[in-house]
Amino acid sequence: MELQIIWFILWGVLWAVYFMLDGFVMGAGILHNLIGKSDGDKRVMINTIGPVWEGNEVWLVTAGGVTFAAFPTTYALMFSYLYSALFLLLCALIVRGVSYEFRSKEEHPLWRKGWDSAIMAGNFLPALLFGVAFGNIFEGLPMDGAGYHGSLLSLLNPYGLLTGCLFVALFTVHGALYLTVKTTGDLSKRARTTANNLWPGLLTVAVAFLVYTNFATRLYDNYLAHPLLMIVPLSAVASLLAIRIFSAKGNPLAAFTASSVTILTVVATAIVGLFPNLIPSSMDPASSLTLYNSSSSPYTLKLMLVVVAIFIPIIIGYKIWIYRIFRAPVREEDVLGDKQAY
Amino acid sequence: MDVLTLSRLQFAITSMFHFIFVPLTLGLSILTAFMETRYVMTGDTTYLKMTKFWGKLFLINFALGVVTGITMEFQFGMNWAEYSRYVGDIFGAPLAIEATVAFFLESVFIGLWIFGWNKVSQKVHAASIWLVALATNLSALWILLANGWMQHPVGYVLRNGRAEMVDFMAMITNPDGLLKFAHQLTSGYTVAAFFVMGVSAWHLLRKNETDFFIRSFRIAATFGLFSTVAVGIFGDMSAVEVAKVQPTKFAAMESVWESRHGVGMNLLLLPDPPNECNSVEGVCVPNAVSLLAFHDPNALIKGLKEFPPELRPPVLPTFISFRLMAGLGSYFILAALAATILSRWGKIENQKLLLKLLLYSLPLPYLANFLGWVVAEVGRQPWIVYGVLKTSAGVSKSVSLSQVIGSLVGFTLLYGFLGVIDIYLLAKFARKGPDNDLSTLIKPRGQEA
Ligand code: HDD
Ligand code: HEM
Ligand code: HEM
Repeated sequence: MELQIIWFILWGVLWAVYFMLDGFVMGAGILHNLIGKSDGDKRVMINTIGPVWEGNEVWLVTAGGVTFAAFPTTYALMFSYLYSALFLLLCALIVRGVSYEFRSKEEHPLWRKGWDSAIMAGNFLPALLFGVAFGNIFEGLPMDGAGYHGSLLSLLNPYGLLTGCLFVALFTVHGALYLTVKTTGDLSKRARTTANNLWPGLLTVAVAFLVYTNFATRLYDNYLAHPLLMIVPLSAVASLLAIRIFSAKGNPLAAFTASSVTILTVVATAIVGLFPNLIPSSMDPASSLTLYNSSSSPYTLKLMLVVVAIFIPIIIGYKIWIYRIFRAPVREEDVLGDKQAY
Repeated sequence: MDVLTLSRLQFAITSMFHFIFVPLTLGLSILTAFMETRYVMTGDTTYLKMTKFWGKLFLINFALGVVTGITMEFQFGMNWAEYSRYVGDIFGAPLAIEATVAFFLESVFIGLWIFGWNKVSQKVHAASIWLVALATNLSALWILLANGWMQHPVGYVLRNGRAEMVDFMAMITNPDGLLKFAHQLTSGYTVAAFFVMGVSAWHLLRKNETDFFIRSFRIAATFGLFSTVAVGIFGDMSAVEVAKVQPTKFAAMESVWESRHGVGMNLLLLPDPPNECNSVEGVCVPNAVSLLAFHDPNALIKGLKEFPPELRPPVLPTFISFRLMAGLGSYFILAALAATILSRWGKIENQKLLLKLLLYSLPLPYLANFLGWVVAEVGRQPWIVYGVLKTSAGVSKSVSLSQVIGSLVGFTLLYGFLGVIDIYLLAKFARKGPDNDLSTLIKPRGQEA
């Protein structure tokens, strides 16, 4: 296989894994005030996220770094074209990160309320913005040889917004299921009810997205040309349905696994549809950024392949180990009796 | 103001802000790891209290270092798209390696360290902070190799309208990058040593927890002595390297206008850039600059006039920053020496004057760090990649003035706000002193896992 194709696949995998992992952090954050009734609830929720959110966010840093190293032209144009959206995204991620750290460092109710809102906003905004940004990438950005012809407002077109809603809905259900698994008692029950109540909404948005995609983008062209690939979107649909089935059966862990697979396969569906483009142009197909015209030299691609081939398995190894250490649900008495807790 | 100027300003502000937190992280992670290791080895609970106390300050600082780092990672594409496109083939690699090799390790094990006190054995817990320390130091290595390449590009060819990597080994053995790494690590250790000494001095002056803070002080003083001497040595080696590969920067650092053999160092000196000379020169140490730069008293130093004005960096900030940094460096060595001697063999808690001095010296290593980066980055101008790409050619073409104004104002306000909160929390927990109730932490040995 050509180096560029391997890197294209890796590029897609990094985004998919990032959304799967940070998706439940964002989802739990969006639900922070909605499911968490008391201060104790909220602290429990933060403590389910605490040990893992940073390690999940690094997938984004890596996705950024790998785009830079393997597809520098895409990195340069994507980041400068989406300037204002990325600026908002950065602010949200910064606020979110410090709120986990700062919230429990003061007792004052106003202090805590403020950071609670920051947690909600700092998780909701990235979910929406990522959706809007990727929706626009699926449609193609208005760019040609002369540069970029869009703006922050032009990103907020109907399809972009719909993709934003899809991301928010997916992550919220995913987060609710994570909280169901990782908490106990009433809190866990509330999280489960929330997941069940939100699921029909998610299904509606997902169907609307699949239909609208046919009109707004060219993502389906690859599937028409190679029907065998349909297995990817079909497994996305199947796992979406499986969420509901497992959740109704009272098996939240299986439902959470299903929502993880849903996110992975939804992203995979889009990436397969994009191939060989990383960013299509909506104005002039010749100006699209493809894996051929935007990649690094073979030397750099080979070098980086060696690096990820060595380190990604090691990373996955220690991440699994850590998730196993923290696999037990967090109970209120663990948090209140422990001064180290957040 | 144009997009270029504002983008430079924004880069300077956001990187400076990231860099308030990074040096302390580099050093305090090691000190905390050392304290926890002593606890595991000796079972002495004072060391456990130390780990908790300094570890808490470490974490408050660490949080902001991490979140501001993401801005850095994205900014190259956002504001410096032409730069990113032109050198991404080389410059992207160390950034991606930094993420895979260092950031994952650091962020995963920091989670284990914070939340794992009762979940893993003491040894594994101590190992996790060592891994964090290793990872932060490794992340410095890769980012400084990247910066070293911008200072002294090696191992590349110009091809396909961009710079392409042909020799990775040349990049990772680039003396510029490695010296930056060594100088930066040790200056981070200096920040941490003076931080711990400064906070301890505050408590010792108030006779709080004397035993706890004397012992903390002693560890920091020894660490500081080693670090400050090393900063000086690596700083001198950096200057030698700069003289060799960046003659314009070196001439600006020393404010040398005319090319001459055997240049002396004027202790009193004031550059006068408009007239291309120095308005004040006095107290000359003969041949010192030549000796410093090439370890040869008669070496030829190229003056600024040798280069066309548009290729010279701003002389005044480069010169002043370099002088101040080197001056501070010498002071730190003396201060660390006095602190070490008195805390080992004298009664440091009675040395009011030294304690006060160290308390007020707490911000100085931070200042020296900033000044160092001003020398390195301003002194590199007008190049973004020395001799290869001008800064003005690196800026994004598609970004509008209003966008940069928006983000510049936004980042400045957000960072200002978070900075205030961070300092407030650091001060609050630093003043509070150690927590003496360790009941939720200590479990009988053998039952830990
Ligand atoms: C505690 C901080 C600190 C202290 C005391 C010193 N430095 Fe420094 N210096 C830095 C912190 C720093 C830095 C922030 O770490 C820099 C910026 C870029 C770099 O690699 O290190 C730096 C850069 C830097 C450079 C520019 C390197 C380049 O542009 O590539 C030189 C020549 C020196 N230093 C030399 C010295 C000398 C001769 C010192 C005398 C003792 C000294 N520094 C003390
Ligand atoms: C974190 C510590 C750093 C600080 C405090 C710092 C400081 C600065 C400052 C003050 C400028 C503005 C100089 C000017 O415009 O005259 C600048 C520019 C720049 N620096 Fe750094 N720098 C740091 C690290 C780095 C590193 C590690 C890199 C590369 C990996 C880097 C790359 C750049 C770039 C691309 C610019 C923009 C071009 C320019 O305006 O000069 N910097 N930096
Ligand atoms: C200008 C280029 C730079 C970029 C792109 C950059 C990027 C980043 C990123 C993305 C993070 C967050 C990592 C995480 O999520 O865990 C981070 C943190 C960190 N960076 Fe930077 N950084 C830059 C400059 C530097 C320099 C010059 C150093 C050291 C000499 C440094 C040392 C660190 C360290 C030690 C951390 C760990 C957390 C902390 O800062 O307290 N960075 N950086």
